[in-house]
Amino acid sequence: MSLSQVEAATESDQLEPGGANLRRAAWRRLRRDPVALVGFALIAMFVLVAILAPLIAPYGPRDQPGAGLITPTTIPGPSAEHWFGLDEQGRDELSRIIYGARQSLLVGVVAMLLGMAGGLVLGMLAGAFGRWVDTVVMRIVDVMLSIPGLLMAIAIAAVLGQSLTSVMIAIAVINVPIFARLLRGQMLSQRESDYVLAARSLGVRHRSIVLSHVLPNSMSPVIVQATLTLATAIIEAAALSFLGLGGADPSVPEWGRMLASTQLYLASAPHLALFPGLAIVIAALGFTLVGERLREALDPKYRR
Amino acid sequence: MTNSATGPLLDVRDLTVTFTRRGGPDTRAVDGVSFQVSPGQTLGLVGESGSGKSVTSLAVMGLLPRRSVSVEGHVYFDGDDLLTLPRDRMRDIRGRDMAMVFQDPMTSLNPVVPIGVQVTEVFERHQDMTGEAARKAAAELLDRVGIPDPGRRLKEYPHQLSGGMRQRALIAMALACRPRVLIADEPTTALDVTIQAQILELLKDLVQDTGAALIMITHDLGVVAGLCDTVHVMYAGRVVESAGRRELFAEPRHPYTGGLLASVPRLDAPRGAPLQPIPGSPTDVLSWPDGCAFAPRCPNRIDACTGAPPPLEAIGGRTLRCVNPLPTAEEVPA
Amino acid sequence: MLKFVVRRLLLLGPILLGLSVLLFFWVRALPGGPAVALLGERATPESLARVEQLYGLNQPWYVQYSKFLTRAVQLDFGNSTQTNRPVTEEMARTFPATFELAVAALLLAVAVGIPLGYLAARHYGRWLDNLSVTGSLLGVAIPVFFLAYILKYVFAVRLGWFPTQGRQDPRMDADHPTGLYVLDGILTGNLEASWDAVMHLVLPAFALASIPLAIIVRITRASVLDVVHEDYVRTAEAKGLWERTITRRHVLRNALLPVVTVVGLQAGLLFSGAILTETVFAFDGVGRFVAEAISNRDYAVLQGFILVIAALYVLINLAVDVSYGLIDPRVRVK
Repeated sequence: MSLSQVEAATESDQLEPGGANLRRAAWRRLRRDPVALVGFALIAMFVLVAILAPLIAPYGPRDQPGAGLITPTTIPGPSAEHWFGLDEQGRDELSRIIYGARQSLLVGVVAMLLGMAGGLVLGMLAGAFGRWVDTVVMRIVDVMLSIPGLLMAIAIAAVLGQSLTSVMIAIAVINVPIFARLLRGQMLSQRESDYVLAARSLGVRHRSIVLSHVLPNSMSPVIVQATLTLATAIIEAAALSFLGLGGADPSVPEWGRMLASTQLYLASAPHLALFPGLAIVIAALGFTLVGERLREALDPKYRR
Repeated sequence: MTNSATGPLLDVRDLTVTFTRRGGPDTRAVDGVSFQVSPGQTLGLVGESGSGKSVTSLAVMGLLPRRSVSVEGHVYFDGDDLLTLPRDRMRDIRGRDMAMVFQDPMTSLNPVVPIGVQVTEVFERHQDMTGEAARKAAAELLDRVGIPDPGRRLKEYPHQLSGGMRQRALIAMALACRPRVLIADEPTTALDVTIQAQILELLKDLVQDTGAALIMITHDLGVVAGLCDTVHVMYAGRVVESAGRRELFAEPRHPYTGGLLASVPRLDAPRGAPLQPIPGSPTDVLSWPDGCAFAPRCPNRIDACTGAPPPLEAIGGRTLRCVNPLPTAEEVPA
Repeated sequence: MLKFVVRRLLLLGPILLGLSVLLFFWVRALPGGPAVALLGERATPESLARVEQLYGLNQPWYVQYSKFLTRAVQLDFGNSTQTNRPVTEEMARTFPATFELAVAALLLAVAVGIPLGYLAARHYGRWLDNLSVTGSLLGVAIPVFFLAYILKYVFAVRLGWFPTQGRQDPRMDADHPTGLYVLDGILTGNLEASWDAVMHLVLPAFALASIPLAIIVRITRASVLDVVHEDYVRTAEAKGLWERTITRRHVLRNALLPVVTVVGLQAGLLFSGAILTETVFAFDGVGRFVAEAISNRDYAVLQGFILVIAALYVLINLAVDVSYGLIDPRVRVK
């Protein structure tokens, strides 16, 4: 890239910070970033495993191929037959992990989308209308943020009763204030920025400025947050499930619950903790890596 | 102290600074710059932004990052070549024998440390002065640079001072150990016009009092006219013309110098005469090996300007890097 | 400054009021309603009716709410259905344990995170930097309870360096005047008990520290990277100050400002992590009690604990804001 091209690029960035131009440039950087590529690979693996679960799992999630091999003191670990070993009921651990990916992905994606939608609506109301709407919305957000996330998710899941839907809703709700605050902050800073002032001085109408300039330019950090939220949502879902607040049917494999049920066998069968734990790490790490690198690619501050 | 009477105090020879970038071409920011300055003398380093004048000063002070920058040439000070000095010896010289005043007094002062500490730390470092003695010396210093009520100011933070006061404080820190060389990098650019004059006057007085050599880095020929004994004009990393102040203002020979002078409003110019900006922009350069870097913007350009780099030649008491210079007064046809 | 604190304290009111409304309706939204919440799911219809009469649960909601609020202000949250003891008593029993654990985790995160983040920034782009960046990404991607399992399996079950669970060896004969076991041992002169409590703290503290540690490393690194490029650091270099002075006074003092905010936020979030960590290590604190309250549907406990934890969380953030004002002079004067 020649000097003049660099300057042209930075100039257009200045005109509309966080705009489509910058996002395209960020995307180009991301595609060449090895760390982000590792993240993409992990995500791809996770999503493929979830979608193709019935095709690639050697056993069904409820099959007990090793029922006869289980005694109170021995739970067979990894073998040629059962790569990840058996669980305490003689089920194939690998198959349960593979099926568990479905729950994890489903909960993560739905919770993130719901939380983002709720947060964007609140944040947009606050950012676009200002004044008392802003005050009311931000007080609600303050109250929500004053309860530690997991505790709030627990409280909500308790009200809604034991089901996967309540887990999704609970995690969505704790992410609402995060998105709301983010979008509002973005819109406020965009509103004061030079190009919006310029548009306003040219007589462009308020609603039109908000919809055509402020909102699109506020989206970059929202995309980053959404990616990172997928990671935390997967971990939070696992945590709820670990605490016994997962889906209603305990025979449906969930990574968090699988970890919790191994507590008694940690000394004799550590593989029962290792594999579900690694599965959660891989899924969460994929989204974390991509999200963090995307954040850096979008933020000129990190480029030196 | 050995050669201060006989030779120059600071002797910069063939200074070359190259920035290396991973996966990119190297950039030569300063290319073979030489100049000398003697005690009590003021030297002006003039050029547009990007001309390499600030990088020159940072290289002389040893303040360029070590990674991805290579500095070649010689900077003789007191018989030592500063560029080969061990880092700790250089630290002893910085702040004590050579000091620097920076452009933006707001960002050049630490926002969370009181002014007093930022002044006294120089005494503590170089003169083994601590506690009350250092505080008293700092108060005297602030008083000397024209900061009223220094006792109170010492306890205050940078954001509580006005822009002019901050620059005075910064100058006080630079002068704390009575350095023999003071480098001022655009010390007035960030200030209001009325304050600018005061700060320049202050620098002038202080240099006269202490007998220090002053290197004034600026893009503003007005500053040069009021302050400097000799002037070096830089363009794209090289010195293109250097001369005594009078000669340079009376008779610029390099078209770039001429352009700079023509773009400054003058009281002796005829009424209504338009200012003439230099056409093009400083990014519009030729690389030196391919010819004169100023050629793309030069009104005097001839074929000989491109192809080979013009040499730096001594012509009648000045040095000039130009194959087709502006005519002297005698040469101008009547 | 005082005004700032008072204004923040006044903001606390609406937040707590909002919380109490939320929690009041939360209990009413629970399956079975508040009477079941108070007595547990196995309550007989007669006792349910008695409780409804006793607590006026058949009265309009606003009367009920004002009663709930009056009792909450007096720290009366009813009885735990698990232990049949007042919720407040359970708080007094469990909070010291979690406080001890949280302090240990936070100290660990700060003591390791800040130096590591600083070193990573100073070695920007080299292996130490890459290692700590990778580590901090992993740190947020590893679920706390999984890390707790790994630590427990490796260091307690396999290597036997640390106890697998609890706060103190049950055979240990120790008095607990404060409930902070490490402190109790020191106070009662029983250093053996103190040491035993420390050993029980190590693994849970490491697990709990993972997320704050990762975040502190990242923020410190980013912040130091910002600050070392600031003009005032260059000024400090120009003064010839020792590297040590520059690091402490000019780099860290500025770079740690954003870290303070993050540490405060993380301190509040430790409650979430404690629920999981304490469950794995059977550590008898707030987190484990809350986790048990979930499985036993002990809603009185949940209601009271959530309210108190949220209030603490808000207070911690207030304390952080105030201390931020104390260390950043720019905030102080406003």
